[in-house]
Amino acid sequence: MSNRKAGYRALTTHRLFWPVAVLVVMLAANTVYRPGFLSVQMRDGHLYGSLIDILRLSAPLILVALGMTLVIATGGIDLSVGSLCAISGAIACLHISRQPDQNDLGGVLTALALGLGVALVLGAWNGVLVAVIGIQPIIATLILMVAGRGLAQLITEGQILTINSGPYKAIGVGHLLTLPLAIFLALAAATVVAVVTRRTALGLMIESVGGNARASRLAGIRSGRITFLVYVISAACAAVAGFMMTANVSSADGNAAGLWVELDAILAVVIGGTSLAGGRFSLSGTILGALLIQTLTTTVYAMNISPQTSLLFKAVVVIAVCLIQAPGFRARFARRRAPAAAPAPVSEQPKEQVPA
Amino acid sequence: MKRMRTHLPSRKAIAVLTAALLATGMAACGNSDTGDKGDDGKITLGFSQVGAESGWRTANTTSIKEAATGAGIDLKFDDAQQKQENQIKAIRNFIQQKVDVIAFSPVVESGWDTVLKEAKDAKIPVILTDRSVDSADKSLYKTFLGSDFVKEGRLAGEWLVEQKKAAGGPVNIVELQGTTGSAPANDRKKGFAEAIAANPNLKIIASQSGDFTRAGGKQVMEQFLKANPKIDVLFAHNDDMGLGALEAITAAGKVPGKDITIITVDAVKDGMQALADGKFNFIAECSPLLGPQLMDLVKKVHNGEQVPARIETQETTFTQEQAKEALPNRKY
Repeated sequence: MSNRKAGYRALTTHRLFWPVAVLVVMLAANTVYRPGFLSVQMRDGHLYGSLIDILRLSAPLILVALGMTLVIATGGIDLSVGSLCAISGAIACLHISRQPDQNDLGGVLTALALGLGVALVLGAWNGVLVAVIGIQPIIATLILMVAGRGLAQLITEGQILTINSGPYKAIGVGHLLTLPLAIFLALAAATVVAVVTRRTALGLMIESVGGNARASRLAGIRSGRITFLVYVISAACAAVAGFMMTANVSSADGNAAGLWVELDAILAVVIGGTSLAGGRFSLSGTILGALLIQTLTTTVYAMNISPQTSLLFKAVVVIAVCLIQAPGFRARFARRRAPAAAPAPVSEQPKEQVPA
Repeated sequence: MKRMRTHLPSRKAIAVLTAALLATGMAACGNSDTGDKGDDGKITLGFSQVGAESGWRTANTTSIKEAATGAGIDLKFDDAQQKQENQIKAIRNFIQQKVDVIAFSPVVESGWDTVLKEAKDAKIPVILTDRSVDSADKSLYKTFLGSDFVKEGRLAGEWLVEQKKAAGGPVNIVELQGTTGSAPANDRKKGFAEAIAANPNLKIIASQSGDFTRAGGKQVMEQFLKANPKIDVLFAHNDDMGLGALEAITAAGKVPGKDITIITVDAVKDGMQALADGKFNFIAECSPLLGPQLMDLVKKVHNGEQVPARIETQETTFTQEQAKEALPNRKY
């Protein structure tokens, strides 16, 4: 009896229990609304269905959020990722649009290298501002967030640049083993980041810098170098996400590509249980957070919730997830009521708070 | 605060002084130049543009510049880079330079009363283009020249009603709205709904915001297609959302333009291309080419003629055949 109770407690207090629970509830609600929601069919040799859409569309967000997780783990924040997506996508599309044969693989690879290269330079700029000059991360990256949008529009000359390139398009909508290629790219990036941070001391160093940069430096960690590195990684992730976003619609829109993705990424990181104060991070939590956010967006469309109320709907769900995850809120809540777990009153709490 | 208060009047005084000096200087120039009839009769127009945020806006700017040259009007052009304070600054400059007419596309709707009053006191007529202001005092500007978004929606709806006249059963329509709360989105939705009310068979079964972007249009259309097995018509509030939806429709194994009738608004180049290729079926134009109409108005208000308080941009609609003809000559 007590064993089972302990098991239950271990489950519900697990970091990722509540995000998973909310994800399952959302998928269930969608299925109730439309029984065919979960169904997946074969079409043109690949899988087709709402679930597949969620996987494909969450890929860029997963990438951006991965980089953001490392930045936040060092106690920083990177607001420039949305603009970096727009810049890298614009550069790649511009290069491809100037090729005589847009389907030429070599031209596409050059375009990707160019886009990635510029993003790395801009990431290094962020890193220098934060790690070397010592500007507050939120201010340092705000510069590129604002100026970067302008830069992206300069590259596209304020127009939407349409391309017609098979290999480039594949990054956004191609398939591998019947599943979207984009999700494999995102998961591959996640695996690389996980191996590099968890199988080497890098992850520990990042957490140590986030916990106390000065103490880490005194302990022999080059904290400036670590801080610089995470901004470069974040920019690289954003660049690949930018390729996916522009490839998805075969066009570069300097104004709209990656708009507000930095906020979604921060949200995904927070939902995944990484502390904004830095010092610890969870990559699996971040991936789950990104999937949750995309599922939420898809739910709004699939259930045809009116655009006027959809933002409120999203806010209510997000606040609910954050509140039930907060140990302080849960402890206070548990003291007030009988121990049986009933999530219903929890969702009422944020509803009252939203208008205020 | 205190510093600002003491600072402001002196700055204003300097501005007034400079303006006065400039005015006398100009008068002096005018006197000495009486013999030279070079550009004496030329009307000077001060124009403040929103910025260069889209292809539509760029075409708008080009049209105004070209029309000014064509009409022999001396154009002082200012780009406000999407900021109201830049625009107010530009208008004050125009007033100081004593231009004959001021025209501008307001970045936002509110906060224009003071600067418009200054223009009125200086007896410089003001024309609004493309976007309006919410000033209660309508005497602050002469006229508003711009598109009628409700009419664009209505034209789209009327074409559909005409096409589906013979339809016996229900016709399922999905709608991709623009940015929630924006005037073009609200008005196009309203106009379209009014027009299709003529035929009770025409029903909007789903309507979502695609934020006027291709990515938004595609993502929403993907879910529309999965949630509704039978979609006959797509109405998108702009070409870009329609272009995004095209990819979703193709991925769903349907033929855009045939299985699903697609109606959009704007008529930008990529949209016209899709229409000429048979992927779209109908576009209601939202034209940025209001330059010639604006120059005409500038001349009229300069001569003190009465003009209507609201003037619509000359716009048309395109079918697939018309798009093929018009495409080579499109400027944007």
